[in-house]
Amino acid sequence: MRINCPICGSRERREFYYQGAALARPAPDAGEAAWDDYMHLRDNPAGETRDMWCHEGGCGAWIVVTRNTVTHDVVSTALATDARTVLA
Amino acid sequence: MVELEQKLPCAGLLPLSIGKVTLEEVDLGQLCSLSPFGDASLLGAALEQHHGMALPQPGRMTGKAGARCIWFGRETWLLAGPVAYADLAQSAAVVDQSDGWASVALRGPGAVDVLARLVPVDLRESTFKRGHSARTMVQHMTASITRTGAQSFLILVFRSMAGTLVHDLKCAMEAVASRR
Repeated sequence: MRINCPICGSRERREFYYQGAALARPAPDAGEAAWDDYMHLRDNPAGETRDMWCHEGGCGAWIVVTRNTVTHDVVSTALATDARTVLA
Repeated sequence: MVELEQKLPCAGLLPLSIGKVTLEEVDLGQLCSLSPFGDASLLGAALEQHHGMALPQPGRMTGKAGARCIWFGRETWLLAGPVAYADLAQSAAVVDQSDGWASVALRGPGAVDVLARLVPVDLRESTFKRGHSARTMVQHMTASITRTGAQSFLILVFRSMAGTLVHDLKCAMEAVASRR
C-alpha cells in the first residue's frame, strides 16, 4: 500500500503511522450524545473510510486519508491542517 | 584542569571503504533548525539577505558545501554550517541541533545501490537529482537523505543511532560489493 503525502509525494506505508478515524469535532455545547458518538462510537465499514495518518518516517505531517478497505485503494489525501474544509 | 575533547557521533566507526563505495563522517559545523512563525517567505528573505541562499522548496536543498540549507520536514529547515544570523529569530524559531544529528557521506559508483537496499524511496538520479532531499527511513531509522553529487549522498540520522546507521550501511555495502 502506498499513500500519497501532500508534501512528499507517493510513499510506502511503512513511513506512516495510523491514528484512527478522522472525524469533525462537535461544538463544545453539542451535548452528551454528540460527544459520546465522537469519543467512542465507530463504524467499521467495508468500503470507503477516512482516517488520520502521520507521516512520521518522513515530513511529519498529519494526513487525512480516504481509502477503501475492500479494494485497498487510496482515494485521496489531504493535510490535516485543512481538516475544517476536508471534514466539513 | 580536565581538557574535554569533542567527539563526533561516528568516532571510531568511520571511515569505511568497501568495494567501490566509501562511507565517511561529515562535520557539518553548526546545525540549526528553522521553523517559521507563520509566513515562511519572511524567513526566506532573511536567509537570502544574511546567508546568501534561498529557502529551499520541500524536498530540496540550497547552498553549497560548508553552508547548506536543507528542507527538513513539514515547515522545518536545517541550516548546516554557518552560525545562524540573529535576525533569523525574528521570523522563525531557531534551535541549535548541532549535537543531535550524525551526518555521513556515502560516495561511489554503487552508493545508490547501497541505499536501494535500505531506503523505501527511489533515489536513482533520474528522479532524485543533485540538490534533491528527502525525509524518509534508513531501515527503521528516520533520516534525511540529500544528493550532493552524481555519486554522493549526505545522510543524517539522530545521533543516538549513529552505530546502527554505520552497521546497516556497512552490511548493505558488503552485499552490494559481493555482487560485483
